[in-house]
Amino acid sequence: MQKRFGFGRILFVAFATVLIAVGFAISAPAVEQKPIKIGIVSFLSGPAAGPFGVPARNGAEILAEALNEGGKVPGYGTKGLGGAPIELVYLDEAGGTTKQVTEYRNLVQRQNVDLVIGYISSGDTLAIAPVAEELKKLTVFFDSGTPRIFEDASYKYVFRTGSHSTMDSVGAALYVTEMRPNIRKYAGINQNYAWGQDSWSDFEAAMKILAPKAKAVTSQMTKLMSGQFGAEISVLLSSGAEVIHSSFWGGDTESFVLQAAPRGLFKKSTVVLTCGEHIMYRLGNKIPDGTVLGGKGTVGIFAPDTELNRWFQKVYAERYYVPPTYPTYRMAQAILGVKSAYEKAMAANKGMTPTQDQVIASFEHLSFDTPSGKVEMGLGKGHQAVTGISYGTTKVVNGKLTITNIKTYPKEKVNPPEGVLSKDWIESGFKRTK
Amino acid sequence: MVELLSTVVDGIIYSSWLFVVAVGLTLIYGVMKILNIAHGSLYALGAYSAASLGGFWLGHGYPPLGSYGMLALSAVLVGLVMGPLIERGLLRFMYGKDEIVLLLATYSVFLILEDAIKLIWGVDSLSIAEPYGLLGSVDFAGLTYPVYSFILLAVSAVTGIGLAWVLQRTRQGKLLIAVIHDSEMSAVMGIRVPRFYLITFTVGAMLAAVGGAFTAPMVSVVPGMGVEVIVLAFAVVVIGGLGSLKGAALGALMVGLVRSASVHFLPQVELFSIYLVMVLVLLFRPKGLFSSAEARKI
Repeated sequence: MQKRFGFGRILFVAFATVLIAVGFAISAPAVEQKPIKIGIVSFLSGPAAGPFGVPARNGAEILAEALNEGGKVPGYGTKGLGGAPIELVYLDEAGGTTKQVTEYRNLVQRQNVDLVIGYISSGDTLAIAPVAEELKKLTVFFDSGTPRIFEDASYKYVFRTGSHSTMDSVGAALYVTEMRPNIRKYAGINQNYAWGQDSWSDFEAAMKILAPKAKAVTSQMTKLMSGQFGAEISVLLSSGAEVIHSSFWGGDTESFVLQAAPRGLFKKSTVVLTCGEHIMYRLGNKIPDGTVLGGKGTVGIFAPDTELNRWFQKVYAERYYVPPTYPTYRMAQAILGVKSAYEKAMAANKGMTPTQDQVIASFEHLSFDTPSGKVEMGLGKGHQAVTGISYGTTKVVNGKLTITNIKTYPKEKVNPPEGVLSKDWIESGFKRTK
Repeated sequence: MVELLSTVVDGIIYSSWLFVVAVGLTLIYGVMKILNIAHGSLYALGAYSAASLGGFWLGHGYPPLGSYGMLALSAVLVGLVMGPLIERGLLRFMYGKDEIVLLLATYSVFLILEDAIKLIWGVDSLSIAEPYGLLGSVDFAGLTYPVYSFILLAVSAVTGIGLAWVLQRTRQGKLLIAVIHDSEMSAVMGIRVPRFYLITFTVGAMLAAVGGAFTAPMVSVVPGMGVEVIVLAFAVVVIGGLGSLKGAALGALMVGLVRSASVHFLPQVELFSIYLVMVLVLLFRPKGLFSSAEARKI
């Protein structure tokens, strides 16, 4: 007669099996996954280090540490990248494009990094992109403004997880024309290189569409990091411009504010600092009331109130004693973009370590959560991110700088559609179809 | 007319800043025949020290007017520490060697000091803006100018006139001119040439630091600020003639006015305007406006 197993016995066997399995899981050493080595390139010296490079590097550090611990980053429960720990290799971006190309080759060919995240300078990104293609190495640009990377060329191995500069200029033009619908005169003061020229050119083009009766009265192009703007401020003061556009960054922004404020420029005109968010904690209440600040996205004070953003702001401020600014947010976008792409590729590969090509395929057209909201790889055949952008106006309250009248423009309103050049899109009157 | 007047005012203000920044460079070259590339770092050290000392002063609630004293004190301290350190510690071992060797030595000092600044103050910017707006503003030529700009003009005038007076009216100045003309003969005549070199380099370092310290309230004090300045200062002293005090003053004035005119009337060429002046001057006066004739040595 066959002995039948009762329910109690089955339950006992099942419980014992679970206990043994758990015991094994606890006592047996976990299979160590090979670390994923990521080269992080940002300015660690020179004038761009303080405002951009170091905050970006710090952002990479806290995110990599939190991801390696696992379960710390809201919405990203797995450890590292699909369980593999992240190992960061830092590199200084200072020294010019020739040096950067050499250093990039070293990172890839000697240090054998699995991927590279980096580059703030537009010049550096334009120089690195073809080399990344040549070396067939996944390279993610976390910053840099030029739209030319994916508008002039097409790359397989190159991605950019931050929006390009067209968004900043179009957003600024939208904000000031809503603020001053009857504007007649505007002016610009920008740095005399690709970033400043592109920013002004897009702003001027957008103003021609949004405020056709307004006239650009002067465009001052200053030497990068010249620091002395006495004559330029005189010209702006006497120009009668109601709005002054500036894409200044770092020390130039701070020097401009320090020199222009006592001369009354901020009272006479509305000054729009498209990158002003990154200096707001340095200058604080020295930034005059009524200044329009942007931060190249929905970052920092403009970032959405999500669990991920609250966590990000808290851990960053606890370690570095200042709130994170846009370079830190942009670095977070890159790291979380890579993590999302890697884990999506891993899932598609049935949990096995994905190949670089599989990660690239997953990265294209990806949408992922970041402290600055959702980022979509919506341009450049899925290699260029698009996000929305916010602008706000400064007001000192009880000695503290606050931002009022914050307006956020959705990504469709400030970025061209796929396949359309930024310049053509603006000149078409921001049409969404080809 | 108003535009023209403001062009001149802006040009003169910029020139005064340029002169303060460049005069130390030309003094050291004039006496020691050293093109001191470390001048840029001494300027930056002056700015960083001024930001730190001034910040300390204001942070402790001392009278704000005293912050101007802090700017001057920081320049003096930088000059007194760095001048003898560089001259006695390095340059004196290289006297008599080719000018290129001395230039490379000061370039190495420049690189060391740039890194030292980063080690001491980090890469974040510093700011000591209070002295800039403390004395208020004046309306001139239809525009508002901070009084501080005119203080800089006064600092520049006092520096230039003071140096000229010392060189031409004092015994020590006349001895220094003898050293400039022929250091070997001066030594034979009993002039302590090494002491003059030490004093000159210290004063030159102090002047570089004065430039940095009095610039600090107007700008964000950032790493690499000395690089930009050494290029500008070099352009000014080359236009005027290396080693000439009058040349530095005229060079600064020319560069300041041309730059201001380009900003006001043709902003597209601002970047290029300073070097245009330099090229035009050097085409007709290859050794600068106030270079002295040199006897050819066979």
